[in-house]
Amino acid sequence: MSLHYKSLIPTRTGFGLGVLEAGKKSDNLIALGSDITTSVGMNYFADAFPQRFISLGIAEQNAAGVAAGLALMRKIPVFSTYAVFSALRTTDQIRVSICYNNLHVIIGGAHAGISVGPDGATHQALEDIAVMRCLPNMMVLSPCDATQAKILTEKAISDCLGPVYIRYGREPVPDFTDEDQLLEIGKAQTMKEGKDATIIATGHMVFPALEAAYALSEKGMDLKVVNIHTIKPIDKQAIIDAAKQTGLIVTIEEHQVTGGLGSAVAETVVQSHPVPVHIIGIPDCFGESGNPEELLDKFGLTSEKLESRILQILNDR
Amino acid sequence: MQKISDAETLLKLSFLIRNSVVRMLCKAGSGHLGGSLSLADICTTLYFNTLNHQPNNPDWPDRDRVILSAGHLAPVLYATLAHAGYFEIEELYSLRKVGSRLQGHPAKDKGLPGIETSSGSLGQGLSIALGMALAAKIDSQKITIHTLMGDGELQEGQVWEAAMAAAHHKLDNLIAIVDKNGLQIDGKTSDVMNLEPLRNKWESFGWNVIECNGHNFNELIVSFESAKKSSKKPTVILARTIMGKGIKTIENDSRWHGKVPGQNEIADFLCQLEESYKAELNQPNL
Repeated sequence: MSLHYKSLIPTRTGFGLGVLEAGKKSDNLIALGSDITTSVGMNYFADAFPQRFISLGIAEQNAAGVAAGLALMRKIPVFSTYAVFSALRTTDQIRVSICYNNLHVIIGGAHAGISVGPDGATHQALEDIAVMRCLPNMMVLSPCDATQAKILTEKAISDCLGPVYIRYGREPVPDFTDEDQLLEIGKAQTMKEGKDATIIATGHMVFPALEAAYALSEKGMDLKVVNIHTIKPIDKQAIIDAAKQTGLIVTIEEHQVTGGLGSAVAETVVQSHPVPVHIIGIPDCFGESGNPEELLDKFGLTSEKLESRILQILNDR
Repeated sequence: MQKISDAETLLKLSFLIRNSVVRMLCKAGSGHLGGSLSLADICTTLYFNTLNHQPNNPDWPDRDRVILSAGHLAPVLYATLAHAGYFEIEELYSLRKVGSRLQGHPAKDKGLPGIETSSGSLGQGLSIALGMALAAKIDSQKITIHTLMGDGELQEGQVWEAAMAAAHHKLDNLIAIVDKNGLQIDGKTSDVMNLEPLRNKWESFGWNVIECNGHNFNELIVSFESAKKSSKKPTVILARTIMGKGIKTIENDSRWHGKVPGQNEIADFLCQLEESYKAELNQPNL
């Protein structure tokens, strides 16, 4: 069985449309530009509200500080650029100026994951979840498709209080979730029920994880699939329930296997209901240039590769 | 708050603030004395003359803002705030103690009145001030945003990112003050990493530059007034200061950047402060 999806849309478009919608509702929303405005999906807001779009050039450390200053004056700043810059180059500024002050700043991490493709390792953010996740006060969101990215972005801007990091990607990916989906920040979404094992995925890996699960169901394996769109605060109860119900967890993320979703899930499982957790991601190495599909295949993150990897884990059980 | 323009009164206030700084650092057992003393007259001028603020209403939305970018100089900011009436002077002696609102570096989440932001990682304050200045411009709010920086801090690249952006956005409601005492932990800034020609650097970045004696109240008052009149350009005040100012035996000694007086030194230091104060009172140009 193949999964239905509406179309292929980049999650960056969802993020951008979410910022636009939130901007229509709040005059306090200010977007900060770091030269790659269109590339990170901020063009929709910048075109609609040029007077609330502030260009700061290629200077991300300053932009993070400016965001803090704006938030201290009760503005809602959205600072987005490639995740390698917005989360990693500026980590100290985010830590001290934004998180320590517990300011409501929206940080967009664009071009996350290996699927950035030809630009290669420097531009493929594979450590951002780990770094953002361990900062006190920071919330970490990782939507699975464009529709979810739009909804989560709007919610992050309007419903949250402190700093929020939203991770999204560059490539068009299946847009498969509903506009009126039940989506609550901090609550995992069960995408498919199953009893043999649980696949917990985030971001762009949710769809291929589901495809792999459905393919495996035709081979007689009944897999549960959970979408973790909120990596912090993580839905501990959903993870513990999955551990109890299925006794085996496989996590999948477009991120290093250290410090990311897999680590967050493992931290929960070992402290509450220990079961084996297999972490699938980038194996502690840098990425490289290549077409997104080729890279996902090389790193074993396509639905076909995931299917065989999960099958192997189940067989080794 | 009523503005004090009389240099003799300001001198008395800065003497009291320095006195508190020395006492609180001695009690804390660690902290940064040298820079706190070099910045004391600038803080005194700001909080007792220049700022439009209400110490009994610290969250007043239309207050002028002060961002202490050089967060390690927190002792002099705390002492100035206390003497200006933001909180009880007695609380100064909780500096660096567990549970205190007076953290080693400013911490907004501890709720000390008058603290606008957390700081301590050098080079971040100008960007925060710039964000505040932008917000004020967007809202047509007539307030001035100040940030206090050390000169060694200007070695941080982020400062120059912010300097470029503030000029680009024509933020004439932004004033940066550099406590230019010429020293940092490893020694003279000219030896560690030369900053000169500093005036030219700021000018070439598009800033209005004012140089003054950071220990002369009349010069400081005039400099702040002039900075507020700047049009379409942010202003930097390069204030020449003396690290350890007021305690002759430690003046211009970079070893006192991060040192505090011991119990055996405190009486001597306080005595020296008083002598310096009296000597300056008698100067004809005060």
